[in-house]
Amino acid sequence: MLAKRIIPCLDVRNGRVVKGVQFKNHEDVGDIVELASRYAEEGADELVFYDIGASVGNKSISPQWISRVSRCIDIPFCVAGGIDSIESACERLEAGADKISINSPALLRPNLINELSAAFGNQCIVVGIDTFQEGNKYRVKSFTGDPKKTKETGRITKEWVQEVISRGAGEVVLNCMNKDGVKNGYDIDQLNDIRQICSVPLIASGGAGTIQHFIDVFNITNVDGALAASVFHKSLININYLKSELKESKIEVRL
Amino acid sequence: MMNVAIVDTGVANISSVKFALERLSINPLITNNTDLIKKSDRVILPGVGSAPHAMRRLKSEGIDTVLKMLKQPVMGICLGMQILYEYLEEGGSSIEGLGLLKGKVKLLNTKQNPSPHMGWNKLNFSKKDCLLNGVKNGSYVYFVHSYAADLSNFTLAKTNYGNDFSSIVKKNNIYGCQFHPERSSSVGANILKNFLELKT
Repeated sequence: MLAKRIIPCLDVRNGRVVKGVQFKNHEDVGDIVELASRYAEEGADELVFYDIGASVGNKSISPQWISRVSRCIDIPFCVAGGIDSIESACERLEAGADKISINSPALLRPNLINELSAAFGNQCIVVGIDTFQEGNKYRVKSFTGDPKKTKETGRITKEWVQEVISRGAGEVVLNCMNKDGVKNGYDIDQLNDIRQICSVPLIASGGAGTIQHFIDVFNITNVDGALAASVFHKSLININYLKSELKESKIEVRL
Repeated sequence: MMNVAIVDTGVANISSVKFALERLSINPLITNNTDLIKKSDRVILPGVGSAPHAMRRLKSEGIDTVLKMLKQPVMGICLGMQILYEYLEEGGSSIEGLGLLKGKVKLLNTKQNPSPHMGWNKLNFSKKDCLLNGVKNGSYVYFVHSYAADLSNFTLAKTNYGNDFSSIVKKNNIYGCQFHPERSSSVGANILKNFLELKT
């Protein structure tokens, strides 16, 4: 049986790992390779690196740190931020990234998903979606790396999920912005809703604060993986211990 | 020191495979030079991406003919395993593979599960083999693919995702891994190490 994935997310800015609350006020939490190796040893199933300055600052990720990471770790990792063409995607995959994740550039030019999927296969194309609740509607925002540049796209989250899958996304990461960094649990309702229409792997993001939050997201929503940042960076939750607790709750994990 | 050639299929996981071998103190050569491939002690055929693209590349360089003649251990990884077969289904049509293994690689029927098959899944051993020395039956390895080969006489290990499929195959000197040993933590490293240590 396919194991549920625990995915630490490392937000990268200027080559360092940082973390903010609700995408704001970033603080330095450490060196990329050091943290990546620690998580791999602790039993992380996969890592995601978001270069949060890349899309808003209009600069691409330096493939150098990608190959530094690839050299050191023996679990898969995905890189995101500033990927807006076949060339920029190719550079990152060649440097050793296993998957690439796109967000704002796909909202600006949705055909980018088709192009990348045709060039590299849908198995390495992840689409990240920053979804924000307003009233009873979930909508998509772009350029969330910088609060001053964040835009409402006018898109309804559910419709955008369906569109990215039909264009060739191989995985969807749903970042529930209202939940990000506030540690009161994943957005169970929204994830359940999206799961029903999401035929590719779905990763929950935003809201993890306790081990129970992980147990709940896997038991109630049937997502394929759960992504979290601060609870791991600040050593509030040890990944090995988390996975043994998940196993106790009859959730399939790799130990 | 052992010479390991990674065939330059022009696809994306080549450097991950190279780094994984470097972690085992091997300095592999990434090449499409047929003489160097012939002379190597081990040959690895990596692969992520599109099968027609990879096959075109192998044919245009004459590597396809060389691969069929090799006597040393050869390992195909993911798409590299799939192109060992006679035929590969791809987007409704069928393309010709190397034909080293009989059969056809088809779209994996994942039933109610999301597709592609992405993440850590179990190896369930079907046969004993030196490639699996020190690896526990039921170990998790990392998969990311939509197509797969059915179970056959070549199957060393199978995996279930909606249906059973071949996750490790072997015929004589030819090995194939549908998962990514280069990204499968200590289990993957163990399998790569066994491949390097095979008696020839």
